[in-house]
Amino acid sequence: MIDIVIDITLLTFLAITAVAIVRITNLFAIIMLFGIFSFLSATMFVVMDAVDVAFTEAAVGAGISTVLMLATIALTKDQNEKQSVGRISWLPLAVVTLTGTALVYGTLDIPAFGDPEAPAQKHVAPYYIERSVPETGVPNIVTAVLASYRGFDTLGEVFVIFTAGIAVLLLIGDKRRKSTPGRNEGGENDA
Amino acid sequence: MDFIIGHYNYWIAIFLMMAGFYTVISRGNLVKKIIGLNIFQVSVFLLYISMSTVKGGAPPIITKGIEIYSNPLPHVLILTAIVVGVATTALGLALVVRIKEAYGTIEEDEIHRQDHSL
Repeated sequence: MIDIVIDITLLTFLAITAVAIVRITNLFAIIMLFGIFSFLSATMFVVMDAVDVAFTEAAVGAGISTVLMLATIALTKDQNEKQSVGRISWLPLAVVTLTGTALVYGTLDIPAFGDPEAPAQKHVAPYYIERSVPETGVPNIVTAVLASYRGFDTLGEVFVIFTAGIAVLLLIGDKRRKSTPGRNEGGENDA
Repeated sequence: MDFIIGHYNYWIAIFLMMAGFYTVISRGNLVKKIIGLNIFQVSVFLLYISMSTVKGGAPPIITKGIEIYSNPLPHVLILTAIVVGVATTALGLALVVRIKEAYGTIEEDEIHRQDHSL
């Protein structure tokens, strides 16, 4: 019972933070709220037993993303979002309401949260839970799948990050050195 | 009541998804658009992890005396997605910095005005 109360409270906090992010116009405040949002979601992942995901989200989502965004507003010197004039204000709202309603309709058939009989728990997951220790010797199943069964996928992920790092360097690395020499470069620390 | 509790996670995930989507399509500031994309991303993570949870289950680390574990496969998928998400965020923010250098603004309306597009 207590974990359901925690679950619902944290999810409600997440929703409130998201609404605040949409409504506030000061970019610094938005980025700080986004850090809070990421930490709340990391807490949510701990509650839902996904501990590996939780610490990745806390370190990468709340940590590095927030630093990168702060570096961006420091470089662009834009502190406030301008209220856009002449945009049709009801159209985006209508689009999201319609899409949201369709998606909620889609959830009505999904098995309830935590249902052990759901098809997702019955297919290949039991294989990994039973066989990962005898086959790889790693007690943490997530690590076993990530580094052993799906090692090549993880290698591909490294390529993706490498490509993104190179692209960031090409976009702002060289240019900034020419225009403002000797300045601390914020966008490169992800490479 | 059971139905509402059983589907609350999914509905909040959809609400967050729509909040992110709304930010992307209705706001002109490029940094705010990227934050909207990030909110969208986190909502997808929540949806996947919600589906992996088993009632009374433990985190998927094999321990003596524990029989029920949560489904580890969505965790692996989302772990990869978080890291790739940060890579794309970094790239998007680098583009924002370049746009600021080229146009002197990060507001979409003003960029369109300078380009005489729209």
